[in-house]
Amino acid sequence: MINIPSTFKISFRALRVNKMRSALTMLGIVIGVGAVIAMLAVGKGASQKIADQIASIGSNLLIILPGSTTTGGVRMGAGTQPTLTMGDTEAILRECPAVANVAPDHGGVAQVVYGNQNWSTGIKGTTPNFLNVREWQLASGRVFTEQEVKSGAKVCLLGRTVVDNLFGNIDPIGQVVRIKKVPFTVIGALAPKGQSLTGQDQDDTILVPITAVQRQLFGTPFPGMVRIIHVKAKSTEDLAVAEKQINELLRQRHRIGPKQENDFTVRNLTQIMQTQEQSSKVMALLLGAIASVSLLVGGIGIMNIMLVSVTERTREIGIRMAVGARTWDIRLQFIIEALTLSLIGGIIGIILGVGGSKMLSAFAEWPTIISPFYVVLAFCFSGLVGIFFGFYPAYKASLLDPIDALRYE
Amino acid sequence: MPLIDVQQITKVYQLGDVSVKALCAVSFSIENGEFIAIMGPSGSGKSTFMNILGCLDKPTSGRYLLEGTDVGSLGRDELAAIRNKKIGFVFQGFNLLSRTSALENVELPMLYNGVTAKERRQKAISALKSVGLEGREHHFPNQLSGGQQQRVAVARALVNNAPIILADEPTGNLDTKTSAEIMQLFTKLNAESNITIILITHEPDIAEYSRRIIKFRDGCIVTDEANS
Repeated sequence: MINIPSTFKISFRALRVNKMRSALTMLGIVIGVGAVIAMLAVGKGASQKIADQIASIGSNLLIILPGSTTTGGVRMGAGTQPTLTMGDTEAILRECPAVANVAPDHGGVAQVVYGNQNWSTGIKGTTPNFLNVREWQLASGRVFTEQEVKSGAKVCLLGRTVVDNLFGNIDPIGQVVRIKKVPFTVIGALAPKGQSLTGQDQDDTILVPITAVQRQLFGTPFPGMVRIIHVKAKSTEDLAVAEKQINELLRQRHRIGPKQENDFTVRNLTQIMQTQEQSSKVMALLLGAIASVSLLVGGIGIMNIMLVSVTERTREIGIRMAVGARTWDIRLQFIIEALTLSLIGGIIGIILGVGGSKMLSAFAEWPTIISPFYVVLAFCFSGLVGIFFGFYPAYKASLLDPIDALRYE
Repeated sequence: MPLIDVQQITKVYQLGDVSVKALCAVSFSIENGEFIAIMGPSGSGKSTFMNILGCLDKPTSGRYLLEGTDVGSLGRDELAAIRNKKIGFVFQGFNLLSRTSALENVELPMLYNGVTAKERRQKAISALKSVGLEGREHHFPNQLSGGQQQRVAVARALVNNAPIILADEPTGNLDTKTSAEIMQLFTKLNAESNITIILITHEPDIAEYSRRIIKFRDGCIVTDEANS
């Protein structure tokens, strides 16, 4: 039977004897554990930030842009040729099984006036589906109805930034704003959504029925034209399917021959961002892996010191063996000593790692997330390092010959 | 049944190609409660013999029965257990753990046989008392005189109630007066507690305390006679 509490006591005493040496040995583990925790916190913070952005633009989102015009051989880029229509929008929802919802978007930038305040903002003409596609919530009021879209009612929903700039503390619901001098009644306010991936303020916008935009604000070369179609796929797996179905449908509707280029572009925003999220996760793992190398180096430091300690204490080992210490009594004594070093180092490392992450968040404004799982993992790993690197010195100690060990000077 | 029964024990050390015979077919037995001195010049094999008796080493051939158990067939950990329970060691250089109090030095053997912390403390205190070191429990070895350190070692040898004390030149580092005190302690333990004492020494006046003297020369017993 091995006496664990006493063994711990012996270890603590042995470590106290060489305070400086113990502290320096621990430092390796402290730095290793601290670095692992801080790196994982930074990495997780970064990928969480991207995940939040994905959530903010709406998940499983595809965006369809009109094609480019070609003027004298010069291609003008996506969106320069007005090719998308309300008909396309309705057809996509009707005929693409992988599509959950669709919302058109037509508009532009216009000056908005309320009382003596004015503000320039993006006007989006759309349908009530837009809120569902972009996973946007209402802060107050109501969404315009299908009926209001059909009739081209002059009603609007305001983004948070617009509300703040035009109304301040006044409740905007029921008030009338003038967009391009046309009066619109405010029927709702949108919940804040924050910045997009590119840093645009998504809340700096006004939603109006698309018909009202087409008729009253931004005229179109042909009726029913839309600038962008927002599509929500049924699931993440359906994104690629939906993209394919939309491509086929629109090529058919736009009568594009087999050898001709598309006159529209489908962008898979979710996929782009998921790729970014993936790469940031890989980055986090990589940082963690590099940090754990320093943990490993710390472990080697422990082994080094333990080997020195075994040699220095050969006589002590001999005495213990003479009075009856068995193989595992000696082994455990040194393993526990290494474990004590690494666990104390691990605890200090956790404190430093968590503190360091908070400092990074506070001063460098990097988002950091400390996951308790990683903290526990780092702690256990430091313990494992102690046991692993403590084992060889302990094994060596236990194999000493008691007679030689007793005579060792 | 004798306490220790040694039959035809030899020990050969292999030093490269040369084999050195340290013990040549030694046989004898020790009864419970004896007080024996083993004497001989250095190189006579008395230390080798002592290591074998102390279960620190195994004979090359021959049998060593300790209370009827054939020690030669035991493994490392079993030998450790025998050392723990049956044999108390007292060394020339005291061999106490430095930076460890007298009390904890005495508690040491009990760490390896499952005695509870409370019982360890009690037993160690009474063992120290029995060697006359009451009040010195919390002194460290470097705060004690040589004689006192050797008494701590004796207390450590006693604490597990081992029937045998093996003392290897216990007075080698002590002055005459302190040597006498330690030898009187051994005599007292032998007489009062019936502890078998095996003493290794090369000083005739120390050997005089014993009741039987075995002399070694060149790995063999030359004389084995009662001390008058």
